[in-house]
Amino acid sequence: MSESRRIRLKVNCEWRESRAAPRKLLVDFLREDLGLTGTHVGCEHGICGACTILVNGEAARSCLMLAVQADGAELTTVEGLAAHGKLHPLQEAFREHHGLQCGFCTPGMLLTAYDLLCVNPAPDEEEIRAALSAVLCRCTGYLGIIEAVKTAARRLREAISK
Amino acid sequence: MKPPAFEYHDPVELEPALELLRRYQGEAKILAGGQSLLALLNFRLTRPVALIDVNRIRRLSYIKEQDGRLCLGAVTRQRAVEFSPLVREKLPLLAEATRLVGHLPTRTRGTIGGSLAHADPAAEYPAVFSALDGELVARGPNGERVLGAREFFQGLMTTALAPDEVLVEVRLPLMTAQCGWAFEEFSRRQGDFAIVGVAAQVCVVGERCKTARLAAAGVGPTPLRLERAEQTLEQDGLSERSIAEAAARAAEQTEPPSDLHATAQYRRHLTRVLTQRAISRALARARGERR
Repeated sequence: MSESRRIRLKVNCEWRESRAAPRKLLVDFLREDLGLTGTHVGCEHGICGACTILVNGEAARSCLMLAVQADGAELTTVEGLAAHGKLHPLQEAFREHHGLQCGFCTPGMLLTAYDLLCVNPAPDEEEIRAALSAVLCRCTGYLGIIEAVKTAARRLREAISK
Repeated sequence: MKPPAFEYHDPVELEPALELLRRYQGEAKILAGGQSLLALLNFRLTRPVALIDVNRIRRLSYIKEQDGRLCLGAVTRQRAVEFSPLVREKLPLLAEATRLVGHLPTRTRGTIGGSLAHADPAAEYPAVFSALDGELVARGPNGERVLGAREFFQGLMTTALAPDEVLVEVRLPLMTAQCGWAFEEFSRRQGDFAIVGVAAQVCVVGERCKTARLAAAGVGPTPLRLERAEQTLEQDGLSERSIAEAAARAAEQTEPPSDLHATAQYRRHLTRVLTQRAISRALARARGERR
């Protein structure tokens, strides 16, 4: 039962299929088998948050899931945020507010912020800080990231109310 | 690192999972949300022969009210507990504690039963179950047995579950009228395990304390029910002096460890301060003051 299994899942709105041994982590499956290297491997024990993706619409650590567990799931990775060649409002705001330096934590930051804005479209600064504490930025550029999330939240609310 | 190789099973029903547990004779581990177990596997701190993944057993995931109790399937996600209107209304202490379990992205996968069965001494759920005398339902080859929180938590990451048993349901009594709640904890960083945490639920009748339910996390190998502090409140009432006395007795009751994160003395100090805060906040809520 430790031999490889077929895994069929939807990633960024596209059905993909491959095989993996049960011990293969979801983040390694995304990077090595599906060629989606936007999701980064950091600490591999769920602390740093760099590997955060959306699983069935909710943020989760892809280093704390086995690829076989994602069989049948719908995933969104950082590659799936931009649509029709246009950056997502969160990505746009990160660019404007210098919300990234080395970029290592950025995919995890973006998807964690995305999840926050889904459950709380109008977070105050304290709530943004609490949510982003799930991801470590070793450049320590947190202030730009917080400003970016505030801006994106405002724009997304405006877009909905229009 | 990456996990060592293991045999993997993901049954969609409970009975095959029990049969597999029996067949592996203690060499298999149950994989629930995986937010602790996968980290341990990645570090190779554990090397089970097999993993029995219970995530596809749908009927172990539910939140319902039954006979004055809240019953939760063991594989119910912490995120589902956090956003459940039923939990917020009927057992707000559980909702408040849930928001302190890791971070939202770990609560997406982490389960209530997994956290309880893992029995980390600093975890929030065991303290809530200890304070409220929660029940834990284990299923094994000979059927079900119901364990009280007191007998369930036996030592450091050690529970009364037998190697061939699975935790299937957990139960807590619903909060009644004129009660207030609070979970106070101190950690170095948001989302870390607490250095010390205190769960409180206080019910009042006029100026009198009808019942006080208090337990601490992080002060010993298992959650510690703060009985002396409860007695102080129930006997001496809810004056500021009595609350301060209860907090002092809570601290006296602890025999905390010293480690890299905090000395025993500091943990005892935190127990006093956090108990005082938890009681005060619970009391304000019981009296209808929004805090």
